[in-house]
Amino acid sequence: MHEGILIAGFGGQGVLSTGQLLAYSGMVEGKHVAWIPSYGPEMRGGTANCGVTIADSPISSPVVSEPTVLIAMNRPSLEKFEKVVVPGGIIFVNSSLINIKATRADVRTFYIPANDMAEEIGSSKVANNIILGALLELTRVVTTGAVEKSLYEVLPPHHHKMIPINLKALEVGAGLVRE
Amino acid sequence: MAKILMKGNEAIGEGAVRAGCRYFFGYPITPQSELPHYLAKRMPEVGGLYLQAESEVASINMVFGAAGTGARVMTSSSGPGISLMQEGISYLAGAELPCVIVNMIRGGPGLGNIAPAQSDYFQATKGGGHGDYRLIVLAPASVQEIIDLMQDAFDLSDKYRNPVMLMGDGVLGQMMEPVEIGDQKPFELPEKPWAVTGRLRGKEKRLINSLYIVPENCEVHNFKLEKKYTGIKEAEQRWEEYRTEGAEMVMVAFGTSARICKSVVDRCREEGLPVGLLRPITLWPFPEKGIVRLVDSVKSFLTVEMNMGQMVEDVRLSVNGKRPVHFYGRVGGMIPVARDVYTEVKKIFNGGVA
Repeated sequence: MHEGILIAGFGGQGVLSTGQLLAYSGMVEGKHVAWIPSYGPEMRGGTANCGVTIADSPISSPVVSEPTVLIAMNRPSLEKFEKVVVPGGIIFVNSSLINIKATRADVRTFYIPANDMAEEIGSSKVANNIILGALLELTRVVTTGAVEKSLYEVLPPHHHKMIPINLKALEVGAGLVRE
Repeated sequence: MAKILMKGNEAIGEGAVRAGCRYFFGYPITPQSELPHYLAKRMPEVGGLYLQAESEVASINMVFGAAGTGARVMTSSSGPGISLMQEGISYLAGAELPCVIVNMIRGGPGLGNIAPAQSDYFQATKGGGHGDYRLIVLAPASVQEIIDLMQDAFDLSDKYRNPVMLMGDGVLGQMMEPVEIGDQKPFELPEKPWAVTGRLRGKEKRLINSLYIVPENCEVHNFKLEKKYTGIKEAEQRWEEYRTEGAEMVMVAFGTSARICKSVVDRCREEGLPVGLLRPITLWPFPEKGIVRLVDSVKSFLTVEMNMGQMVEDVRLSVNGKRPVHFYGRVGGMIPVARDVYTEVKKIFNGGVA
């Protein structure tokens, strides 16, 4: 197993934190993990992305130049990174904010209105975890249990009250792609 | 022991604190700013001092002052900032003051960019500042190794009364990996009978200086330094060998490049190509002994660096003409891709044909 997951969106959408949560969960399961952010001369409202690698063997380069999974939280991210996904890979499109379709035919694409669904269950803040739930369901890269355990580690105690809704988001996302 | 997920830059800071470093002087620059950020919070927690200086020139001279009192002290920067520090580094080496300098290299020359590079190898290992001197230069390749080498960096600098440089790049600084940091071990700083800690009545005057105005004396000082450097070369060469047994070709790479080469070695071995890797951990002293040990049994070497060919010169000096030494590099903030390095290896095996 060697998954290279690229998570991209606007600064402030929480893509870096979502990546850290995923990496942490992989570590909890004893897998090899690496996380690396884009650290260009970014500005507020600009793009942010991070690469997460989760593997059974040591990770050579943490830079995810050929992702097996792309999570595009906004339109510029889809336009910029669609072409680098490996053939047979997966693209998640946040269709709440992206009104175009992916053009690749050799990958699996899932359109998920993450912000709308997150609001439906009570908080737009958990939009990323709707897609994360779908990702876990499709790839089994880490278990939901590992993510739950990691949430307690990565969230400061005063945010622990948000954990149930985060878990709910994972479940809703998984349900969307379940056969 | 539970693992935690940590950024390379933060690991440098935590490693330093655990090694007993209590003074940090620096000036922000990408891609290492998380390190001063971390220490700004951490140093006060352990009774240490964090100070953001007005410039890199000021930082390195503050390091000179603190090191002179015998304290464990460090600074950090990236390429352009390290260039500004060169005068101070030369003075530290001349005055034989222990300290640790971190360079998380970015694309150059000039202002370049903030992407990862290894193009400061010459600057770190061949001088950089004026005069005949050497830095001990350590090159970690993972966040765990950063933590471990920070302890060694401070120990080596005290042991030899010599500045030590820890050299990484933007990737190592920015990436997060699981690390085991364990419990804080009790540490005892070595005796420093040369340190200036206030004159005590009747004691001999101590002076820290790099000025030897009489040429005869300056020559004696240089001979003394050279003797020290020879001892370091003899005792402190460090490297890791990866699948070098039976290898016909050995790649030589450090830091981030070495990680990429490891995956190339695995792919080659799976396909039956006898390829191995030698990863220098000390860039100075360069692990000449590791190369010499392999030179008779291998047919060729391939050095892979994120520069236009700097360490390859030391590989060639060590190989001493006995075998061909090839080079592959990416520059300007670009990172070698495993697939391209593999193609290069195949080309060499096929006698230069892709």
